[in-house]
Amino acid sequence: MSGFSFDAVAAILFIPAGAAAILAAMPNYRMTALVNVGASLLTLLAALSLFVTDRPAPGQYLLIDDLNIVFIVLNTFVGFTTSVFSASYIAHELETGRLTAPNLRFYHAMYQIMMFGMNLAFVSNNIGLMWVAVELATLTTVLMVGIYRTHEALEAAWKYFILGSVGIALALFGTILVYMAAQPVVGEGTNAMVWSVLIEKAAHFDPALLSVAFIFLLLGYGTKVGLAPLHAWLPDAHAEGPTPISAVLSGLLLNVALYAVLRFKLLLAASPQAIGPGPLMVTMGLTSLIFAAFMLYRRRDIKRLFAYSSIEHMGIIVFAFGMGGPLANFAGLLHMVMHSLTKSAIFFAVGHIAQVKGTQKISEIRGLTESHPGLGWALVIGVVAIAGLPPLGIFMSEFLVVSSTFARHPWLAIPLVFGLLIAFGALLLRLTGVAFGEPRGGMAPVEASYVPMYSHLALVFAAGIYLPAPLVAWFQHVAGILG
Amino acid sequence: MNGLTFDIAHLLAGSLVLISFMMLYQDRLFALINVFALHAVVLALSVAWQAYIQDAHHLYITAAIALVFKAIIIPVGLHRIIQRLGIHRDIETAVGIGPTMLAGIGLVTLSMVLMLRVTPEADPLAREDLAFALSIILLGLLVMVTRRNAVSQVVGFMSLENGLVLAATGAKGMPLVVEISVAFSILIAFIVIGVFLFRIRERFDSVDIGALDDYRGERR
Repeated sequence: MSGFSFDAVAAILFIPAGAAAILAAMPNYRMTALVNVGASLLTLLAALSLFVTDRPAPGQYLLIDDLNIVFIVLNTFVGFTTSVFSASYIAHELETGRLTAPNLRFYHAMYQIMMFGMNLAFVSNNIGLMWVAVELATLTTVLMVGIYRTHEALEAAWKYFILGSVGIALALFGTILVYMAAQPVVGEGTNAMVWSVLIEKAAHFDPALLSVAFIFLLLGYGTKVGLAPLHAWLPDAHAEGPTPISAVLSGLLLNVALYAVLRFKLLLAASPQAIGPGPLMVTMGLTSLIFAAFMLYRRRDIKRLFAYSSIEHMGIIVFAFGMGGPLANFAGLLHMVMHSLTKSAIFFAVGHIAQVKGTQKISEIRGLTESHPGLGWALVIGVVAIAGLPPLGIFMSEFLVVSSTFARHPWLAIPLVFGLLIAFGALLLRLTGVAFGEPRGGMAPVEASYVPMYSHLALVFAAGIYLPAPLVAWFQHVAGILG
Repeated sequence: MNGLTFDIAHLLAGSLVLISFMMLYQDRLFALINVFALHAVVLALSVAWQAYIQDAHHLYITAAIALVFKAIIIPVGLHRIIQRLGIHRDIETAVGIGPTMLAGIGLVTLSMVLMLRVTPEADPLAREDLAFALSIILLGLLVMVTRRNAVSQVVGFMSLENGLVLAATGAKGMPLVVEISVAFSILIAFIVIGVFLFRIRERFDSVDIGALDDYRGERR
């Protein structure tokens, strides 16, 4: 069995890598879109097989544990549905001539390399390898954000590149500091970068060095999470790239960086004398939440609107993990899953909407539920979900975050609820204009793939009504690991 | 560790910080690139010295990459690009030289105070390397924020990355150093020079990031 389970991890990595090589060589764009979907599906199946097969013992480079399985399965699932959406989205872009066939070859190959990078970041047991993987995923998304080569797309890609590189450089410095802290205890060489070794011996590390390292890591990876003072790249990158990329940026790439932060948080928590990572994360989370909530009111571009909403929700998630404790961690984990599903569904809808209307300006999109009921109602459900209304899944996770805050630190609940309400108002205000009233803009029927967005929304809806007991038990277990 | 090897390592790392300072006040692109080439040469020497005193032969590869790629190929390439774009005019620094230098001094002080305080038990050489490396990283960031021109931002980023290489080589026995320096070199080569500069040139007839800034999408 152990031989087979090793294959599952290898499959998660080699399917995307191999697919990227094949896609780069394939000239026919219809075929490449299909291969892209197929490869993503195979990766998803490989990820699901992790549940049933034995896990390999943690090696020097790779690790599978209860924590990262959640991330991997979520990642490959959204990666698969996005590839389905991408196939129909890209066909339209090709017709309108915004992209050419060589662009598409590049795009699909990059898509798979990005999936490879993200999966590698999740399964890596080595903090150096994790850094390389996050860097790889970032670079591929930079290239894809700039793919339209318009003025705006280039500015967005450049900004993303510069800020992302600075973030990634700070994260590397933090990684080096962790190595320096580990080296006197663990000894020189690769072992001092292996996470499962580090966590066992973290109590003996120099706490001051570890604390400084965490600050660099939080700033570095926090840039990629999109936390408030460092978020400037995020709205531009979401708005100017192809919409499938906005969906994976919001739904997946932010989670990758968050996962890295969580791993290092665990390391810090194992060292009693080091600074508590909690207050730092709570502060950054709250700042992001409130800042993004106010920024939502001034948006005129629909993709930017939802990009700021991603900053808001990442703020909530980081806040919840910063609070710590079983309930808050559970809420944070659930919120992360719900946010990924909902936000990518919203971007699927927005992508088709922007294509039929020929614009991303909120003021030029009106009455969607009349002109395009399928898309319009998907957007309505998505926004209602993301704003945190019952009975959808995000209501439940936000409710858990708020109630655990009230139980532990009542004063923190005030800014939290304030931020949530501000964001709620902004989203519903924008939604009424876009979804209802006199239809305006392009009326052409849409050839949309409804399956990805409605399947995401159905999952979010189901989670709001009823969470299956095994899932709850699993999440509680992971929340326990997170401390 | 005897005094002389320590002093030489110290001297090389210290010179890197000084050269980072020199970058702050260059107001011509060619001069900036020449200073960067010098930075890379000193980095190569410093890494080679570390390889020698740690007896870590793989670090010679990192030193060779720094010398060939960063001290020769990139500066020559950037010279060519600048000539082709016809932008060998003055750099418009966003902030004056005086305040920039003061900020630089502040940043170096900060990193010395921080790093020397938190690493009292570490190996003295690694400890000072870390303090110098953080200074170089922060000065590189300062170069990036005080310039508006894409080429000089790239130079700032590369000097920042030199600081990271210094830190990584100073940490004794750190794995993946060579791989990381290769990854960074590829990053710089492909993304920056290949893709962005040519596209930016192609579209806007300028590599001034300020020219890109007028589009904000929201401010109207």
